[in-house]
Amino acid sequence: MTVLRPDLAVIANKIATGSRVLDIGCGEGELMEVLRTQKGCDARGMEIDPVLVERCVARGLSVVQGDADRDLVEYPDKAFDYAILSQTLQTAARPDRMLDELLRVGRQAFVSFPNFAHWRMRAALAFRGRMPVTRYLPVSWYETQNIHNVTIDDFRELIAKLGVTCENAWFFSGQRQIGPLWANLRAEYAVFELSR
Amino acid sequence: MATLSASKALTLAAPLSLDSGQVLEDVQIAYETYGELAADKSNAILVTHALTGDQYLASKHPITGKPGWWERRVGSGKPIDTSRYFVICANVIGSCLGSTGPASIAPDGQPYAMRFPVITIRDMVRGLVGLLDGMGIERLHAIVGGSMGGMQALSLAANWPERAERVLVIASTSRHSAQNIAFHELGRQAIMADPNWQDGDYYASGASPDAGLAVARMAAHITYLSEDGLTDKFGRNLQDRDTKSFGFDADFQVESYLRYQGSGFTRRFDANSYLYITRAMDYFDLAEEHGGRLANAFAGSQARFCLVSFDSDWLYPTAESRHVVHALNAAGAAVSFVELSAPYGHDSFLLDVPALDRVVKGFLE
Repeated sequence: MTVLRPDLAVIANKIATGSRVLDIGCGEGELMEVLRTQKGCDARGMEIDPVLVERCVARGLSVVQGDADRDLVEYPDKAFDYAILSQTLQTAARPDRMLDELLRVGRQAFVSFPNFAHWRMRAALAFRGRMPVTRYLPVSWYETQNIHNVTIDDFRELIAKLGVTCENAWFFSGQRQIGPLWANLRAEYAVFELSR
Repeated sequence: MATLSASKALTLAAPLSLDSGQVLEDVQIAYETYGELAADKSNAILVTHALTGDQYLASKHPITGKPGWWERRVGSGKPIDTSRYFVICANVIGSCLGSTGPASIAPDGQPYAMRFPVITIRDMVRGLVGLLDGMGIERLHAIVGGSMGGMQALSLAANWPERAERVLVIASTSRHSAQNIAFHELGRQAIMADPNWQDGDYYASGASPDAGLAVARMAAHITYLSEDGLTDKFGRNLQDRDTKSFGFDADFQVESYLRYQGSGFTRRFDANSYLYITRAMDYFDLAEEHGGRLANAFAGSQARFCLVSFDSDWLYPTAESRHVVHALNAAGAAVSFVELSAPYGHDSFLLDVPALDRVVKGFLE
């Protein structure tokens, strides 16, 4: 059995059996596989990297090579029970519009992203005066795809402004889930369950 | 050019009613099969061929003696594994390798020639569905096709959605573009400008429009390759000489290659078939058949789809596959899509592309 990354495990756990799910940025399809085999879900994926898409197709998953910025618009309203955006929001051209799109194609959405206000990030900037390079943001500033780095507090402010409801939020440090206290300082990444 | 076929053949039980409104009687479909059909007939895969392809998918071509056109992907232990699947490949109507086409004998005892009705991609698929009916195969494990074969796969999925569980479409399109039609028209005009064409009535004359057909093939062949592929293979290299001849022989290797491709083609293909099949492809517009909206073509489809394009294919570029994928998404169909990187242009679907092997194998599981 596949052992999922902790943020994906939380999502897999919350998704109702037999749901229709769109996994955007599905990678090699680990979450889709679990949803399909353990939850009987109709899981579809979107992934920008053709090598990862090829691996998904080779394991029998329905995955489209596409760019969420451009291709989400082709899905009808409420085509899915859940739209999942894992570790991809910070790469979007317009994260605000992408959240709108997620909650248009999905009745609910899960969004996970690395928290740029984690204390290690703050330390890198405050004490070293350098753009942080960490295990969850491992790429240097000049080659990273993360063009819209975001903090947990920024994200909360954005969804409030968009009129999006936060149903649930989970916070992680490494492989461990942590409590909500000082999450904006302590969490390396977060998962939000959203609805509108 | 010969119309011989060593294949199995089935005469369809019922006449074919065509999109043109005409009816074709006593239609013969020549086909080859590989592997064993399971007792419950659940393991059949239909592979549909391209414009100048044929039923010799994984067996020696009777005229050229060359290996089957997809032998690298069809066989025991290969991506389309004949030790598991019963693989069928049939010559389309309008063609010339044993299925009814313009070179076939009409009920009056003479070849149809240009009296053969203009057919469509959907008419070709009608013939294939007739073959499946004749074989008692209700539902295919998969239909798989590249190029015009992909058009047939899409047409089957749209018009006979219950007949295939999986639909694999490689380097194909849901409609012919103006550029696609333009290249085909060039080929047709080359054939019809050949005095040996004789308004299509050349079968008994002892002369056939080989020069025109060869030019048509040469022009088309360029569209199957990529600029980089041609440059890598030939560059500006001269053919069997050290200097330019200051004449019009095939000085360049690429000229020699195209001439060889053109003349070789005339030995195995009928010029009138080339006219009819290119016409069918030009008429293909799956959205038009379904009220102008491509998603309608796939409404309610329960099949799983997979589309593959190649980054160097400028004949049916990735945007065309993406267009189909968007329609399938809009229709809520289960679809996979990947653009593979390969240097060979449109012909990549026929050539050594290991990533395609993995996708084909994985999708058919």
